Amino acid sequence: MKEIWQLFITFCRIGAFTFGGGYAMLPLLQREVVTRRGWATEDEILDYFAIGQCTPGVIFVNTATFVGYKRKGVLGAIAATAGTVFPSLIIIMIIAAVLKNFAQLAAVQHAFGAIRVVVGVLIVNAVVGMWKKSVVDKVCAIIAVVAFVLSAIFEISPIWIVLGAGFLGLAAPMIKGARTK
Amino acid sequence: MTQWFLLFYEFFKIGLFSVGGGLATLPFLYKLADKYDWFNTKMIVDMIAISESTPGPLGVNMATYTGFHFGGVLGGIVATVGLVFPSVVIIIIISKFLQKFRSNPHVEDVFYLLRPAVTGLIGAAGFGVLLTALLHVNGINELSMGTFLGFIGIKECILFVIMLLLTNKFQKHPVIYIAVGAAIGIIFAF
Repeated sequence: MKEIWQLFITFCRIGAFTFGGGYAMLPLLQREVVTRRGWATEDEILDYFAIGQCTPGVIFVNTATFVGYKRKGVLGAIAATAGTVFPSLIIIMIIAAVLKNFAQLAAVQHAFGAIRVVVGVLIVNAVVGMWKKSVVDKVCAIIAVVAFVLSAIFEISPIWIVLGAGFLGLAAPMIKGARTK
Repeated sequence: MTQWFLLFYEFFKIGLFSVGGGLATLPFLYKLADKYDWFNTKMIVDMIAISESTPGPLGVNMATYTGFHFGGVLGGIVATVGLVFPSVVIIIIISKFLQKFRSNPHVEDVFYLLRPAVTGLIGAAGFGVLLTALLHVNGINELSMGTFLGFIGIKECILFVIMLLLTNKFQKHPVIYIAVGAAIGIIFAF
């Protein structure tokens, strides 16, 4: 029972101190989980992270589930996951409640008018970074452009695009293999 | 009651299909804004700004914020649990045969084309964000060639170019650029 509680508290702390998620939390995760608690080795954390990236859901949550499950089974997984989510739940709800009351203020509207532009810039930068990492050849470039067009212009659900691309990726080596034979 | 179930179900679907973390939930949220009147695309963009400026993973923050707008504290919890639920189940299953999953060549095959597709999807969502931020429209269908020029926000476009240059020159944390943006927005009445 004590370790279940520790799992919750430790992941709570990591969740409360990482801004933006993703790789930003890796150093904190290593310090808390590897050095301080000894719940996993450095390599295990990197493995969890890699798998967390290629499985559905939020990477940090996936990593927490891994560590929690390794220590204390299903209950541990739930405790660690609840810990990661808890600080966000509290903080975001407070902000949402405050914003609801102040959203009509001219200053707030002006601020968000410009913030939206900044968010646009951040996403453009993120997409450029993702393009460099994920588009390794011409086929990938075509898939990325097709996914963009299907989503932006034809408004096809992202679910179908994700499933379609996954299946194509799975089938691609088989088709290539058949040709070389 | 059915509305609450829908909220859970929609975020469950996002949790199940958004691969790649962070902004991967964005295209799905855009689809939701289309489908229901829970929130609009402007709110999604505000949500991203808030998520980038507060601790915690982006996907979780977005679910909480959306859920809260839908139905207060309980809404925030329902949406967040919905988002997290599928990945907890999947990770527990994968934990049981971790090494096999890591070395399975088919996993790498799937991701070979899945990764660029997610890039394209987030690009499409980013395109939507730019429409909202620079042109003051909510979707591409609100645009027509004749009225296109009338929609363009000059101040917004100038800020966009400046910020694009700044963010690429100085690799500072997004919070700083958002704070600077907020100040500029108030001073120049965006």
